[in-house]
This record gives sequence, structure tokens and C-alpha cells, in this order.
Amino acid sequence: MLQFRNISFQYKHNDRTSPLIKSLDMNVHKGELISILGPSGSGKSTLFRLITGLEQPDAGEIRLDGRVFKSLLGRVGYMPQQDLLMPWRTVLDNALLPLELKGIKKEEARKEVLKLLEEFGLSGFEYHFPSDLSGGMRQRVSFLRTILSGADLLLLDEPFSALDAITRLSMQEWLLLQWEKRKKTILFITHDVNEALFLSDRILIVNGTPVHNLEEVQVPLGRPRTIQDLNHPALIQLKDDLLHQLRMKVSR
Amino acid sequence: MKKWKAFLPPVTLVMFFIFIWEAGARAVNVSFILPGPSGIIIRLWELKEILFFEHLPATSLIILLGLSISVLLGVSLAVWMHASQAVERAFYPIIISSQMIPIIALAPIFVLWFGYSIWSKVVVTVLITFFPITVSTFDGFRSSSKELKELLLTMGAGKKDIFLKLNVPSALPYFMSGLKVAVTLSVIGAAIGEWLGAQAGLGYFSRRMMTQFDGAGVFAPIVLLSVIGICLFLLVNLLEKYVLKWRKI
Repeated sequence: MLQFRNISFQYKHNDRTSPLIKSLDMNVHKGELISILGPSGSGKSTLFRLITGLEQPDAGEIRLDGRVFKSLLGRVGYMPQQDLLMPWRTVLDNALLPLELKGIKKEEARKEVLKLLEEFGLSGFEYHFPSDLSGGMRQRVSFLRTILSGADLLLLDEPFSALDAITRLSMQEWLLLQWEKRKKTILFITHDVNEALFLSDRILIVNGTPVHNLEEVQVPLGRPRTIQDLNHPALIQLKDDLLHQLRMKVSR
Repeated sequence: MKKWKAFLPPVTLVMFFIFIWEAGARAVNVSFILPGPSGIIIRLWELKEILFFEHLPATSLIILLGLSISVLLGVSLAVWMHASQAVERAFYPIIISSQMIPIIALAPIFVLWFGYSIWSKVVVTVLITFFPITVSTFDGFRSSSKELKELLLTMGAGKKDIFLKLNVPSALPYFMSGLKVAVTLSVIGAAIGEWLGAQAGLGYFSRRMMTQFDGAGVFAPIVLLSVIGICLFLLVNLLEKYVLKWRKI
């Protein structure tokens, strides 16, 4: 699905001579849900900027579905940390933005989106403005918008970090449901170990700058899973290891 | 009921002020210098035909023409400055410094150039109203969220999409604020223009009454000018409420 081959990158406006990402290889297979785990400021978001095409790598190539594109803009679905809904658009019009950009007729787009809004538990709010919605609902609209971009690869950048603990849990369960149903490939940035364990097939750990290789951890859990599965002794051990590793990264 | 209560304090204050004014005017009793509100209303009634059918339309035309040109000019300039940094660098300082020029002092020159035609007054109106519109619209464009722009880019949006779907809606509240300032200024602009050289209009009429020591006659057209200003302001307010429904003001 997605391959990084020997990627190096450094922000142009930065005086630092050491690159942020240095000859990085990475592989994402179709249908996977992968978490990228790391402390803040470790370059996780930069990885996403490269995959979405907002930044170009200085060296190496990114392959999407086995092809190298001149620009990846418009080929990958991206869900930002803040919901970034347009306050002047209703829920419906926010969600159908990607369809609108593709030039699909408004009538047609509306019909499609209205159906999905119901599925996403947002019926009754179609014509409300985002300011009327709770944080969880706004993230659901934002996720729907990401799905409607039509891309098979979705990048989720700490989408639930601003939500309270209870809402976050139900959103995580909801995300798993949607992922299984829609057969998308998801890359999920987080700094929350529990979240990473609960959601993903594999966890990639960002290990300090420059990002050179990502440590990989398989999550030994089947699907469907519940939050109770995280209480399994093996998982508690794994969680401790992960936390220990991350702490070392921060103190280094 | 609640709405009515909100209006109570300002109405009371205005009533109180009018009462004091009336009492003062009667005490002084020199109506050609300090006419009372009742005297002004009576004069307004006496002059109604000439004021409403000759001078009000003349002034309204100046205001509407001036405002329309200002909006057209101001928004175009703002779009142009937003599109090109070179244009912004060239024009922005000039626009700011143009406001340092005392336009009232310049107005006689426009009379020289355009004569007593409507255009000398329209130019004065445009000169003092295009500034708030240009600057606020331009600042509005600049206020667009960078994150939203990047999100749109990841959805494959082009320059035109970003302008129409992000920059324009972001600038709209700013534009409306600028327009509010502009409509109130437009009345002043038209009146100044008419003072300096006109054959009709409320400003011209007010000045003519001055030469005749008709105090109430000076005030009557001024009352009308204020009413125009207030009406325009309320109209823009209404428009704003409609266009910016999402802000729920």
C-alpha cells in the first residue's frame, strides 16, 4: 500500500544541519491499522506531511500502491488533530467538501452524505453548524470528511487527543468499527500507549531525531477486541516495555 | 418583551437629552442660533417637499454611487493585494498614507476638476469610504487558517478552490465590519462634498440655511442625514446577520 524507500527530509527554513528524517524505510500493507507512537516533537507529524504531499522528501521515494507520484496531494485522506471544520458551513456541507472539490454535483453529493451522516450517528444535526456539536461529534464529522476523500489510505493525526477520557474510549471503539466496515488502511499518530495497543495491528515507535528506523511492535491481540483485553498480563507487560522505551527516548 | 427592555436605557437617555435641549433652547430663546428639537421638527415638516423630493434623492444618489464604487474598488484591490505580494508591498503603505491626507482640504480641488457635477461629491465619498473596506477585506483574507488551507491541499484543492471556499468565507466577517464603518463615513463624505460645491443635496441645503440665519433650517437636513446613516447601518447589520448566520449574533 505505502512504502518509504530511503527517505530523508529536513525543513528548509531550519538552520539545523542534521536532518529530521534520515534514510527511513517503512512499509504499510493494505488493510492494516498501524499506530505511530512517539513523544511530542519527535517528527511524527512530519511523516504525515510527507505522506500527504504537503512536503517533498529531500531524498528517497514514497510509493503509493506501488507507484511513485509527482505529488501525493489529493491521493491520501488526512484527518488533522483539531477537527478543522469550517465554522461557516453546516455539518452536511463540511462533510461533502471533498466531493465538492472533485466536482461532483451538489445534489448527488448531498444524497450520499445524508445517508452516511445517519450511519455516523449525526442525523438531526445535518443542518447545524459545527459550533453546536460536541467534541466527539465534531471528530466524527471530520472523520467522515476524511473517508469521503475517497482515498484508501487514511492518516489520522492524534484525532482524539483533545477529547475527554470517556468520549475518547467510545470514539476508539467506534473507529475500529468503521475501519472493519470500510476496509481502509489507517495510519494513526498517537502519544497514548493504551490507544496504540487497543487500536492497532502494529505499532511503529519513533525513536528520537533524526528518525532513522522505526521500531516495530506487533500487538498480540485478535479482533474484534474490547478494552478489557488490555488487562491481559502479556499486554500489561508490553505496555510497561513501551512506556519504558518512550521514557528513555525523552530523557536521552 | 425582553427586546423592549433592552431598548429602555438608550431611549430613556435620548429622551432625557432631548428634554434638556428643549428646555435649554427655550431658556436661551435665540432660535436662529440654538433651535429646540420641537422647532427643528416643525421646520422639517414645513420644508418636507423640497427636502424629501429634491435634496434627499440627490444626497442618496451620491452616497449609493460612492459606496458602490468603494466596495468594487476596495474589494478588487484587496483581492489583488492578496494574490500578489509585490502588489501588497506596493499598495499597502500608499493606502495607509492616503488616509493621512486631509481629504476635506482636498475636496475643493475635486470641485475644480469635476465642477459642480455629482462626481466631485462621489469622489470625496469614495476617498473616505474605500479605506475601511480595502483594509478590512485584505486583513480578512489574511486571517484564513493555514491549517485549513493545508487540509484543502491534501484533498487536492487548487488555488481557485482555496480562494473561493476558504479565503472568501474567512474574509466575509471582516468585510462586513469594514462596510459598517464605511456606510457611516459615506454620509459624512457626501455632506462634505456638498458643502463645498453643489446645487442640491442635504449638505448644500444645510449650508444655505446657515447664510439665512435659519437655525432650525440648518438642523433639519442634518436630522435627515443622520437618519440615512442609521438606516444604512441597520441595513448592513441585517445583511450581516443573514450572510453570517453561522455566527449566531
